[in-house]
Amino acid sequence: MTDFTMEKGADGVAVITWDLPGKSMNVLTMDGAQELSDLVDDALADEAVKGIVITSGKETMAGGMDLNVLAGMKTGGAEAVFEGVMTLHQLLRKIERAGMEPKTNKGGKPIAAAVPGTAMGIGLELPLACHRIFVADNPKAKLGLPEIQVGIFPGAGGTTRLVRKLGVMMAAPYLLQAKMSDPKAAQKAGIVDEVVADPVAAAKEWVLSEPKFVKPWDEKGYKLPGGAPYHPAGFQTFVGANAMINGETWGAFPAPKALLSAVYEGVQVPFDTALKIEARWFTSVIMNPSSSAMIRSLFLNKEALEKGANRPEAPDQRVKKLGVMGAGMMGAGIALVSAQAGIEVVLIDQKQEAADKGRAYTEAFLDKGIKRGKTTPEKKAEILGRITATTDYDTLKDADLIIEAVFEDVGVKAEVTKNVEAVIPADCIFASNTSTLPITALAKASARPEQFIGIHFFSPVEKMLLVEIIKGKETGDRAVAKALDYVRQIRKTPIVVNDARFFYANRCIIPYLNEGARMVTEGVAPAMVDNCARMLGMPVGPLQLIDETSIDLAVKIAKATKAAMGDAYPTDAKATDELMFWLHDEGRLGRKSNAGFYEYDEKGKRTGLWPGLEAKYPHQDPQPEIDEVQNRLMFAQVLEAVRALEEGVLEDIREGDVGAILGWGFAPWSGGPFSWLDIIGAEEAVKRCEHLTETYGERFATPKLLREMAEKGETFYGRFGPEAAKAA
Amino acid sequence: MTEAYIYDAVRSPRGKGRPDGSLHEVTAVTLGKQMLNAIKERNALEGHAVEDVIWGNATQAMEQGGCLARTTVLASDLDQSIPGLSINRFCASGMEAVNLAANQIRGGAGEAYIAGGIEMMSRVPMGSDGAAVAVDPTVALDDYFVPQGISADIIATQYGISRDDADAFAVRSQQRAKKAWDEGRFGKSIVTVRDVNGLPILAYDEFIRPGTDMQGLGALKPSFKDMGETMPGFDKVAKLKYPHMERINHIHHAGNSSGIVDGSAAVLIGSKEFGEARGLKPRARIRATAKIGTDPTIMLTGPVPVTEKILRETGMSIGDIDLFEVNEAFSSVVLRFVQAFDVDMDKLNVNGGAIAMGHPLGASGAIIIGTLLDELERSDKEVGLATLCVASGMGAATIIERV
Repeated sequence: MTDFTMEKGADGVAVITWDLPGKSMNVLTMDGAQELSDLVDDALADEAVKGIVITSGKETMAGGMDLNVLAGMKTGGAEAVFEGVMTLHQLLRKIERAGMEPKTNKGGKPIAAAVPGTAMGIGLELPLACHRIFVADNPKAKLGLPEIQVGIFPGAGGTTRLVRKLGVMMAAPYLLQAKMSDPKAAQKAGIVDEVVADPVAAAKEWVLSEPKFVKPWDEKGYKLPGGAPYHPAGFQTFVGANAMINGETWGAFPAPKALLSAVYEGVQVPFDTALKIEARWFTSVIMNPSSSAMIRSLFLNKEALEKGANRPEAPDQRVKKLGVMGAGMMGAGIALVSAQAGIEVVLIDQKQEAADKGRAYTEAFLDKGIKRGKTTPEKKAEILGRITATTDYDTLKDADLIIEAVFEDVGVKAEVTKNVEAVIPADCIFASNTSTLPITALAKASARPEQFIGIHFFSPVEKMLLVEIIKGKETGDRAVAKALDYVRQIRKTPIVVNDARFFYANRCIIPYLNEGARMVTEGVAPAMVDNCARMLGMPVGPLQLIDETSIDLAVKIAKATKAAMGDAYPTDAKATDELMFWLHDEGRLGRKSNAGFYEYDEKGKRTGLWPGLEAKYPHQDPQPEIDEVQNRLMFAQVLEAVRALEEGVLEDIREGDVGAILGWGFAPWSGGPFSWLDIIGAEEAVKRCEHLTETYGERFATPKLLREMAEKGETFYGRFGPEAAKAA
Repeated sequence: MTEAYIYDAVRSPRGKGRPDGSLHEVTAVTLGKQMLNAIKERNALEGHAVEDVIWGNATQAMEQGGCLARTTVLASDLDQSIPGLSINRFCASGMEAVNLAANQIRGGAGEAYIAGGIEMMSRVPMGSDGAAVAVDPTVALDDYFVPQGISADIIATQYGISRDDADAFAVRSQQRAKKAWDEGRFGKSIVTVRDVNGLPILAYDEFIRPGTDMQGLGALKPSFKDMGETMPGFDKVAKLKYPHMERINHIHHAGNSSGIVDGSAAVLIGSKEFGEARGLKPRARIRATAKIGTDPTIMLTGPVPVTEKILRETGMSIGDIDLFEVNEAFSSVVLRFVQAFDVDMDKLNVNGGAIAMGHPLGASGAIIIGTLLDELERSDKEVGLATLCVASGMGAATIIERV
């Protein structure tokens, strides 16, 4: 395979083109790197070549490093990773030095990057090693370094070069927050040099113009913009950066810490040494189990699920016309994302004004988008034109998918199901967006239960990335394929689970909320509860989350669960129920009543914890250890995930992990509940379970599966991962 | 075991640590030299009279760098056969110099030492020597580094010390310092700083604000609120360490924290034989010394555990101590000490402290030992304890006993 080709022009410019055969976007492999290295050697040695242009044969430059390559390097241990990374550094450094004499900077050939479009990760790190970057004037192109999002950091010189180019302060958003810029913004930030109509032509012209091309950091007297750590201004920057990173990440993510160290240590030494330091820290992050788990869940498995890893065999089921029943918040959101995906939508409610209000939601959303330059009036008209708001069921005659999002009541839903099925075609799939009612029970109202399925969206629909697909007892394969193809159309990530109380995501998050509330009743400081959750990497602490989802909902769920379970209702729920019912009686319903566990100002901004809590539940002295609180919050969730797997609600641990991170923000650094259990090991997990059971009760009882795995020394991915499934 | 005795203690007046402060024109070498010369003259130390000069300094950069101790010895009238050792335990450097000297004597390594310290905060600003603890991510993140002012506010939050408590303490420090000066209580130790011609430059602690009252202090803005709550947000870092705290109560400001000043102090320590051979009378025995490491984030709680340690090691109890000097780095540090040991305020910092007169970092430890000794003699008491909180989570203490 040839990833890179070179053409030497009569004008003396060698154009190296990156064009991965059979792929829509370039990614760098180690073989590709070797090819590029050989071509650069050739061009530098060829006296006829005056300058070099590196570009891409695709509309974009590159999507980044092939993450499978990184995973592969890891099997060789730290030494292999370090050496692999240093190989890349040597290649990029060769481009940057371009044959110049080390001491005098004399000789060499100018090398320009001609970037046709989006350039991410190594796709930008390669241009950063060139002497001048020309980018096509394409406002849709995205330039940036997204590595931090999958638990690593730019490790092919991107960190070292961007910091030396921009200074720590200006580089920080790109390195630490994966900020993406369009070409103009990237030029303004100083990342790229020129935005032009034809980057290859401009690059050629430049390399032939006998330009000065020594990098500032390769010249004598180079000073880091903003100052190095022991320069007075730089000192303040580094003190501040440390505090901000620690605070913003709640100390939960290893990659930002390693990145900061690579920067701090790197800026104090010459450039080549800095690259070596970057490689050492990068290796440490690759070797950290967190990064493998994050890459596996957030990149590889997320993509596999989106591409239909668990799709049953069935012809193309893409949706052409969708009927949305109920134009409330969920229905309106579903209509919006579907219309955006090019699907024709009928939005039905009992009253025309309600249906119109649902459609207006899309209008308002798009208006905001226009204001922010994210969409255009033409696009808005097109998308809005796809949504018909009506009360007329006849419009569903030619629909191929129905999603009902009406009131959460079996009777109401049954009636809608019957009325809709009276109109829709025989092969139309009917889905319910219920979050609390069993699909199998709802399917009883259907004349064709094999075409009945659950498609559970999270709120707000347009923001949440996960969709939970629920199979009822009689749900057939085509319904599953339909739901999956639909979710792919609207560009969300699906998980497919079997029908059980609260399905998967809500099932796991409810114990987390309850455990948080329970601790308050025990006298754990509420701040301790929510802060310890944030330090686990949870996006929201349990008490704050109860406020967000509302206390009356919590009370409703508790009552319904009690009614459903009868005598089996756990006795240790009493204290929590007492607390929730008390808050409810006090009129503290959470954010929506501007009063809950927290207090809020008139604008709805949280101002602090409600002192009434401490008055009723005085704080223990001393407070429990951080680890203890965190283990309770963590195990409340992961044990529920293990039980879901044991009970067959989950069929694929990949879905359990991806669903947890996307569905309720479960500690992303861990890769998900199953990845986390694999990181700590089943044996350790059992130990902690036993301690928690002994101290806090049976809800932490060790699941049989976990105990068995501990005895056999198994891991979840070893036993249930896709490789294991293939072998079996 | 050989005992170590204090024979003499001197200090400079403290100048405001700003370009308009009276000592700003004086170099660190010149100020230190005048302290060493005073000790030499007052005690007639000729030739190789002492084993070493141990000099505490918290910011060993620029003129305070390059082993300032030796440079100061060379600039002074002391014999060149006396070497010099610069040490740094931040705010306890001056105390550590005294303790180290005492322990050398007790261990038989030399008969006498001059120990003390200096800090020219107007000339060599705090932090100008760099500090990995704040900027190196491998320590700053994992040990939850926050600046001292934030730590002082964490102490206030953790131990329920209010802004009013802190302000009242500051007012008391000012009143006591004023009274001490009015009554000449520092007279025995103060060495007027002079120019090259012998003309006086500064003869009193110019940082004192005798008119300070609650109302005036009440108008001051908390100094560490912005850096805590907004940029760069140190309170969030503190919360990682102390998640039970919902928010930090920012009570400290310029008026209830120690002042930034220039100053120096020196103490002559020797064995019994050293005094007898020279006809010098020992004033106090250094009964015990101690140091400790503590939680680096709350950072400034050291005086409590180091006092517990020194008492335990000497078999003493808090009731055995007649007078306390607890360095007034921040009000909360001292008030936490008072709270922990239930100390009678009439026994503590009776002549005011660093809030009123200033805290020249590397010198303060030696200053408060001298102040304690003077006051034990003046009020005819026996046993005194001096202690300081120290950056990066440390504490130091010394117990002296009149002989």
